[in-house]
Amino acid sequence: MKVLLDQDKCVASGQCVVAAEAVFDQRDEDGVALLLTDEPPDDQAGDVKQAAAVCPARAIRYTTD
Amino acid sequence: MARDARCPFDPPPPLHDLQQQAPLTRVRIWDGTEHWLVTRYEEQRELLADPRLSSDVHRAGYPRTAAASGTTRVGFILMDDPEHARLRRLVTAPFMIRRIRAMRPAVQRIVDELIDALLAGPKPVDLVEAFALPVPSLVICDLLGVPYADHDFFQANSKNLIRVSIPAQQRGEAVRNLHDYLAALLLKKAGQPGDDVLTRLARDVENGELTADDAAGIGVLLLVAGHETTANMIALGTLALLENPHQLDLLRNSDDPAMVSAAVEELLRYLNITHNGRRRVALEDIRIGETLIRAGEGVICPTDIGNRDPRAFDHPDDLDLGRDARHHTAFGFGVHQCLGQPLARMELQVVYSTLYRRIPTLRLATGVEDLPFKHDGAVYGVYELPVTW
Ligand code: SF4
Repeated sequence: MKVLLDQDKCVASGQCVVAAEAVFDQRDEDGVALLLTDEPPDDQAGDVKQAAAVCPARAIRYTTD
Repeated sequence: MARDARCPFDPPPPLHDLQQQAPLTRVRIWDGTEHWLVTRYEEQRELLADPRLSSDVHRAGYPRTAAASGTTRVGFILMDDPEHARLRRLVTAPFMIRRIRAMRPAVQRIVDELIDALLAGPKPVDLVEAFALPVPSLVICDLLGVPYADHDFFQANSKNLIRVSIPAQQRGEAVRNLHDYLAALLLKKAGQPGDDVLTRLARDVENGELTADDAAGIGVLLLVAGHETTANMIALGTLALLENPHQLDLLRNSDDPAMVSAAVEELLRYLNITHNGRRRVALEDIRIGETLIRAGEGVICPTDIGNRDPRAFDHPDDLDLGRDARHHTAFGFGVHQCLGQPLARMELQVVYSTLYRRIPTLRLATGVEDLPFKHDGAVYGVYELPVTW
């Protein structure tokens, strides 16, 4: 799985961190999301999908192969 | 639109009928203007996340609530990007998940102390006054750096601010009172800085990133949003649980944080206390399904009915704390989604996992039919909740 995050869109709601803590974090200054890894292991796939689904800014995309 | 008195937790029945008919319908609102009413979940999410819809209340065609008459700016909710994003980003940091987690022990202490006081005091007692309002008030005052001693003043004013049934002039006054109060406090912060949000805003004003007026407006928004909403979720959520004792048992008998967090999401979905609908106006023509929304037309998305859409949630009218309701839109959706949601979630998790355990015999001291519900507010709830144990 490959994860893409558009930080310009992010509104710092932190929902991705709650959904997939191993993949997302937030920048200290303004809470904008950070990718901890853009190729998370397969067992994180469900969490990443959840994060993409709840992200209010539609800032998270992923591809699976 | 009126709710059915027999189902105080459910959205108005006409919304339900409209949802069955079509995802979007034309409606006429209080001032005689016509707009699109969006009643289904998927269409609401799609439209609320669409940058071609504007939140700017001053644009022609915007579906005004009776309340949207103020001349004073209240934070950044009724604005568009990039200005909205710039102002919002100035205050996002304190609401980061990590920082909110660090606040949890302090919130637990506040909740425990208020329950101690409840147990030591007379009964029956109004849970709104004695518990539901003080919890978020104490927390948001602390976060913003507002002296709690002033809480009577801002509680009275913020109550008026969100009441739709009082004259617009009185609401305008409430906004101005809060605005002036915060403007004065911001000036003080510049001289006596603390580790709080207002100090940070005062610094942004000094650096020229923010006008003093905008800073006070953001303060009003955070203060009001930070206590009315959570207070209503605490009181109305408690009522919903007392009316659903099997669900309440689940919460009382579990110490699994995942269960508590799922319960909070379900209560947010089920009660969806912001019941005026999210409002927008189209900047361009937008095609959604078979419908064409034309530039300049207004769009209203009541998320309360969206969160009861059977296409998105099985048996949506049941309160089911065990379901996965995380995709609800009770905090809105799109770039305007509630900034304080991590704080609200944490407060509710602490409250719901503490109150019913510590007072296991908690019950209503009056009939549900006698409770005064907030049909006239932008935020739904109960004005009073007499309880005993
Ligand atoms: S959920 Fe979306 S908007 Fe919220 S912090 Fe994550 S990327 Fe940003």
